[in-house]
Amino acid sequence: MDLLLIPRLILELVLYLATVVPDLLPIIVSLATPLALGALCGVLNERSGVVNIGIEGTMLAAAFTGYLTGFALHANTGPAVAIVAGVAVAIGTGALIGLLHAWLCVTVRADQIIAGTIVNIGALGLTAYFNRLIISPSGLGGAGVIPPILFGLGPIALSMLALVGLLQFLLFRSRWGLRTRAVGEHPKAADTVGIDVFRQRYQNVIAGCALAGLAGAYLTLESTGSFQNGMTNGRGFIALAAMIFGRWTPIGAFGGALLFGAFTALGVIVRVRPAPGELGDLLAAIPSFWYAALPYLVTVVILAGVVGRAIPPAADGIPYEKEARA
Amino acid sequence: MIAAVRARAAAWWRVARLPVLAIVLALVIAAGIIVLSSVYTGLGFFPLLPLYAYGNLAAGAFGSAVAINNTLVAAAPLMLGGLAIGLGFRAGLFNIGVAGQFLAGAFAAAVVGSSLAGAPPLLAVPAALLAGGLAGTVLGFVPGFLKARTGAHEVVTTIMLNNATALLLAWAVSDLVRAPGFTFPRTGDIGSAALPVLLGRNLHLGIPLAFAAVFAIRFLLDRTTLGFEIRTVGANPNAARYAGIPPLVIVPLTMSLSGLLAGLAGSVQMLGVIGFYASGISASVGFDSIAVALLGRSDPIGIMFAAILFGAFRAGAPLMQITTSVPVEIIDIIQALIILFLAADLIVRRVFRVRGPRLEVEGAQTVTRTWGKESVA
Repeated sequence: MDLLLIPRLILELVLYLATVVPDLLPIIVSLATPLALGALCGVLNERSGVVNIGIEGTMLAAAFTGYLTGFALHANTGPAVAIVAGVAVAIGTGALIGLLHAWLCVTVRADQIIAGTIVNIGALGLTAYFNRLIISPSGLGGAGVIPPILFGLGPIALSMLALVGLLQFLLFRSRWGLRTRAVGEHPKAADTVGIDVFRQRYQNVIAGCALAGLAGAYLTLESTGSFQNGMTNGRGFIALAAMIFGRWTPIGAFGGALLFGAFTALGVIVRVRPAPGELGDLLAAIPSFWYAALPYLVTVVILAGVVGRAIPPAADGIPYEKEARA
Repeated sequence: MIAAVRARAAAWWRVARLPVLAIVLALVIAAGIIVLSSVYTGLGFFPLLPLYAYGNLAAGAFGSAVAINNTLVAAAPLMLGGLAIGLGFRAGLFNIGVAGQFLAGAFAAAVVGSSLAGAPPLLAVPAALLAGGLAGTVLGFVPGFLKARTGAHEVVTTIMLNNATALLLAWAVSDLVRAPGFTFPRTGDIGSAALPVLLGRNLHLGIPLAFAAVFAIRFLLDRTTLGFEIRTVGANPNAARYAGIPPLVIVPLTMSLSGLLAGLAGSVQMLGVIGFYASGISASVGFDSIAVALLGRSDPIGIMFAAILFGAFRAGAPLMQITTSVPVEIIDIIQALIILFLAADLIVRRVFRVRGPRLEVEGAQTVTRTWGKESVA
C-alpha cells in the first residue's frame, strides 16, 4: 500500500494541475510577462553579440521612473494620461540605459558582465535614493493601475504576446533579423559585406532595453500600482535563464518565461484551489516560503540541464574591433 | 634616500592613480546628484550640500576613535566578501552569490553559536566561525560544480541561489530554529560564541581575522601551486587544460573557497556585530563586495584598501543622513559610479590627462567568454 502511495500522489498531482492550470492561465501569463519581456531584451542583445546581465537593473530603474511619472501626473491630468506617460517614460528610461550599456560594451569595449553589474548596482542605488527622498515622505499615493482589458490581461501583457510573435518573425525572416544574427555570429564577415556592426549592436541593445523598460512599467503600473526598493527581485536574471532555456529565440524564451510563471503561480494555486484528499493535505502542509523559493531553484536545475546543449551566438560577449586580427 | 622614497611613491602612484582618480570623479558626479536632489531634502536648493554631506560622511567614518572603530568593524566583512569575489575573478568566475553565502554563514554561525551559548568561548567561537564558513563553502560549491559539469553560468545560478537561500532561511528561522520568548522569529542569543572585543566598545576579533585572510589569500595566489593553477584557469581555461590543470577540479574548488570566505564574512558579522539571526538582516555586504573586488582589481592588498574605503562609507553614511538628510543610498550610487569609471577608464584618462596601460580586472574576460558556453569539463 505504502509502495503505491508516491506514484499515486504524483498521478493525482498531474491530474490536479491539468484541471487547475487552464483556469489560471491568465495569472501564469501575467507572472510570465516581465520575464518574457526581459528575455526578449536578452535575445535582442545577445543575438547581436552583446551580453546583458543588467536587465534586472534596467527593469528596476524603468519601474521606478514610470511609477514616479504616473505618481506626479496623477492628480493633475487624471489616471489615463498619467499612466500612458508613465509607460512612455519607463520605455525611454530603458532605452537610455541601453544607450549606456551599448556605449560601454561597443564603443569602450569594457567587460560586458561588469557593464551589466554597473547598471544593476546603479539602478538599485538611484531608485532607493530617490524613493527615500521623493516618494516615501509624500505618503502612500498610488499612480493607478492599468485595468485588464481582455482575458484578464492588461495591455502590456497583451502587447508582450504580440511582441513575441513579431520578434520571432523579424529575427528570422527580415533584413534586420539577418543582419542582427550576422553581427552576433561573425561580426568580421558582416563588416566585410558592409553591415555597420557598431550601429547594429547599438540599435539592438537600445531596442532590447526599451523592452526591459516596458517590463518595468508592467511591474509598477499594470501589476502592483506601487514601487518597493529592489522589487524586481531577481526577475531580470530569471529572464536570462528563460532566454537560455529558449535557445536565444523569442518563442522559446516565451516558453521558458511561461514555465517559470507557472512555478511561481503554484504557491498561489494551492491556496486558491486546494487539491482534494491526501494530496491537498500534503500541498497545504508545505510552507509558503518553499513555494516562493521554488521558481529560483527550478531555474538553477533547468539551467544546469539545458546549457551546453544550447548554443549561444558565436560572438556573444566579445567586443568587435575593426582592425583586430580575427 | 629621498630619491628612493620618491621612486617608491611614483611606482605606487602608477598602480593606484586610476582607481584613486575614479573615486574622485565618482564623488564629484555624486555631488552633482546631491545638489540636484537638494530641493527634496527640506533645505531648498542648496549647492553646498555635498560639502556638508561629505564632511559628515568623513566625520562619521574617521572623526573620532569610535568612528574609526566603526569603520574597521564595517570593513571586516567587506574585506572577506571582497576577497571571495576577487578570488573568483582570478579563476575567471564571478561569484555574485556572496550575498546568499553571507546569509548562510551568518545563519549557521547564529544557530551553532546559540546552541553553544553556555560553552567555554575557546570552544564556542571557533565552532560557530567554522559552521558559518562551512555553510558558505557548500553554497559556493554547488554553482561551481554545476558550472564545471554542465556549463550553467554562475552569474545566473548564484543569484537564483541568493533568492532561494534568503527565503529558505526565513522559513528556517520562523519554523525550524525559532527561539522561544521573542515577539518575532529569531535565533537565540549567541552568548559565549560572541567574538571577543579587543579594543574600545566594538573592535572585535573578526578585524584581525579579516586582515589575516588578506595575506593568506595573497600567499595562496602568489606563492602556491594551487594559486598558480587558479590564475591559469582564469587567464585561459583551454590553455590550462592543455597544461594538465583540470578546470573541472579548479572551478568547483575556487567557488568553494570563495564561498568559504563569504561564509566567514557572514559569521564574523553575526558573531561580532549582529548577535542573532532574524529574517531581513541586511545582505548588502554581498553587493558592496563586488565593488570592493573591482576597485581592488582582484588583488588582495587592493581589496584591503577598497574594503576600508567602503567600510568608511558605510560607517559614516548614517551620520550624513541624520545631519544633512542626504539618503545613505548615495553610497550605492557612488559605488556604481566608481565601477563605471574603472570599466570606462578612458573617461578618467581624458579628464585627468593620464597615460598608461588599460585597466583590466584579471580573469574578468573569462567570466564573459564562458557565458552560455558548454562546460569546462
